Amino acid sequence: MNQIAFLGALEIGLVYGLVALGVFLSFRVLNFPDLTVDGSFPLGAAVTAALIVVGTDPYLATGAAMLAGAVAGMVTAFLNLRFKILHLLASILTMIALYSINLRIMGRPNLALITEPTVLTPFEGLGLPGFYLKPLFALAVLLLIGGLLARFLASDYGLGLRATGANARMARAQGVATGRSTYVGMALSNAMAALGGALFAQMNGFADITMGTGTIVVGLAAVIVGEVVLRSRLIVIAVVACVLGSVLYRIAIALALNADVLGLQSSDLNLVTAILVAAALILPGVRNPIKALFAKVAAR
Amino acid sequence: MRENIPAGAAALLLSAMIAGGALAEDVHVATTAIVEHPALDAARDGVRDELKEAGYEVGKNLTFTYESAQGNPGTAAQIARKLIGDKPSVIVPISTPSAQAVVAATKDIPVVFTAVTDPVGAKLVGSLDKPGGNVTGMSDLSPIGKHMALIKEITPRAKTIGVPFNPGEANSVTLLELIRKHAPEHGLEVVEAPAPKSAEVLAAAQSLIGKVDAIYVPTDNTIVSAFEAVVKIGVENRIPVYAGDTDSVPRGAIAALGFNYYDVGRQTGKMVVRVLKGENPGDLAVEGVEITELHVNPAMAEKMGVELPEAVVARAKTVVK
Repeated sequence: MNQIAFLGALEIGLVYGLVALGVFLSFRVLNFPDLTVDGSFPLGAAVTAALIVVGTDPYLATGAAMLAGAVAGMVTAFLNLRFKILHLLASILTMIALYSINLRIMGRPNLALITEPTVLTPFEGLGLPGFYLKPLFALAVLLLIGGLLARFLASDYGLGLRATGANARMARAQGVATGRSTYVGMALSNAMAALGGALFAQMNGFADITMGTGTIVVGLAAVIVGEVVLRSRLIVIAVVACVLGSVLYRIAIALALNADVLGLQSSDLNLVTAILVAAALILPGVRNPIKALFAKVAAR
Repeated sequence: MRENIPAGAAALLLSAMIAGGALAEDVHVATTAIVEHPALDAARDGVRDELKEAGYEVGKNLTFTYESAQGNPGTAAQIARKLIGDKPSVIVPISTPSAQAVVAATKDIPVVFTAVTDPVGAKLVGSLDKPGGNVTGMSDLSPIGKHMALIKEITPRAKTIGVPFNPGEANSVTLLELIRKHAPEHGLEVVEAPAPKSAEVLAAAQSLIGKVDAIYVPTDNTIVSAFEAVVKIGVENRIPVYAGDTDSVPRGAIAALGFNYYDVGRQTGKMVVRVLKGENPGDLAVEGVEITELHVNPAMAEKMGVELPEAVVARAKTVVK
């Protein structure tokens, strides 16, 4: 793996780290298996790209993308809480609806941003080449968002949110408005995924309607890999683990892309992903979100 | 494995001596595509074969690599980074997302993209005539004007054409815009039939019954994958079905004026060779498809109530029996 490939893996791992944080918040903290991210990741990209193309400030466009993601998350929560649609199904409904909505937002399946201003434009005058600047910028964003998330989850309100996921009945008995907690958690989770999509589009020069496919698998893989390498009850460590998992996952892909290592080639990527996640799940003592999910469905 | 190394080195040395001087410099051409797909693979093979004809041969003086992103834009971005780090002589991204990822990642390494329908819309180049910078390539845009002329030549009385398409495919949306532009020039009115999934193609085709005199299927992956559904409607209602790609003719289109991606790859290869010989990519105009070929299916035409003019059949490169 050459240095630029490594920095590329770092950058994309950090960007998808935002998705991992979102997935951590929904699956782990709220215990709400949410597939909306497959739609909210490209939603973030679509909103940002569409706004930047008509001349909006990139930072404003990125903020709008997060807001759109938050709304998407709340729609899923609404379908689940108000109409008692099974969380998994509710999130699938939002996800497929977002495909059409994203097409409407962009007006076409692919919007190019290569020559447009992005959130990186103000820093391009620093003389740093793109392959250093992009991962550094992503790292700064992750430090900010990860720090805010860790602080939020350690606050009184955040504790109520965690209690909602751990034991909703107990939380209600303690005076936690569990419904509102779920809305807030789902909004934050999908806002982070949308931010990931917004950054991805700006750093790689395009938003494409297909870019959401498999986002949830990547996010889950990151969370699980992170938990295997870094286990802790401390919320700060758990947040760091998600991001670390995402970066490690991308480094594994970068290794798979280098045919000289182990004789792997790019067409083996999906197999590498599956083996990685399966190995992480098989390791003893790992909480298995999918197993937990089916246990829950069966209990209904 | 280890024993092979000296033999391999000797072979390399030998070939280097044979190649001797004429093309002393070793080059690395790196190709990448968004997904494994027969058309995209054919384009890649075309590039490699053209390079061979120009004296760049794999195992002698050419390193030829290929990476697929398996349909995932995240991986495409990562592959682009890896290629930039490898510093090849030329990068050949195949398909729009791969090209965008590569072009966004480098301003130095020469890029010759291919199988991109709308290079200006995708912001790969500022203009087709003068791309500027480190990027040029070729567009695989269907010659829609010629297609409309062919429909009018075979079925002169047609006044409306139905176009099934997937609104989620970037290429199809571009093609539809072109169809809307060119159809009136040939006295044709366009009726759209959107089908976002291959399972919805039959319903989309049914919606055209009674409204159109002919159906034109553009090079849309979704519609083409369910092409038989369109043919069924065409045969049952005697509406002639035309296609944008020649592979659909044996499957039931009455005629298509197409190109194959191997030829596209060969043409791209010629541009790669010019860049390898030292020309600046930014000075090479973006090229369109040069070689087109007519394929016809007279038996299917009869089933759809059309007789192919003899001049058309005589001109065809392939007549499906």
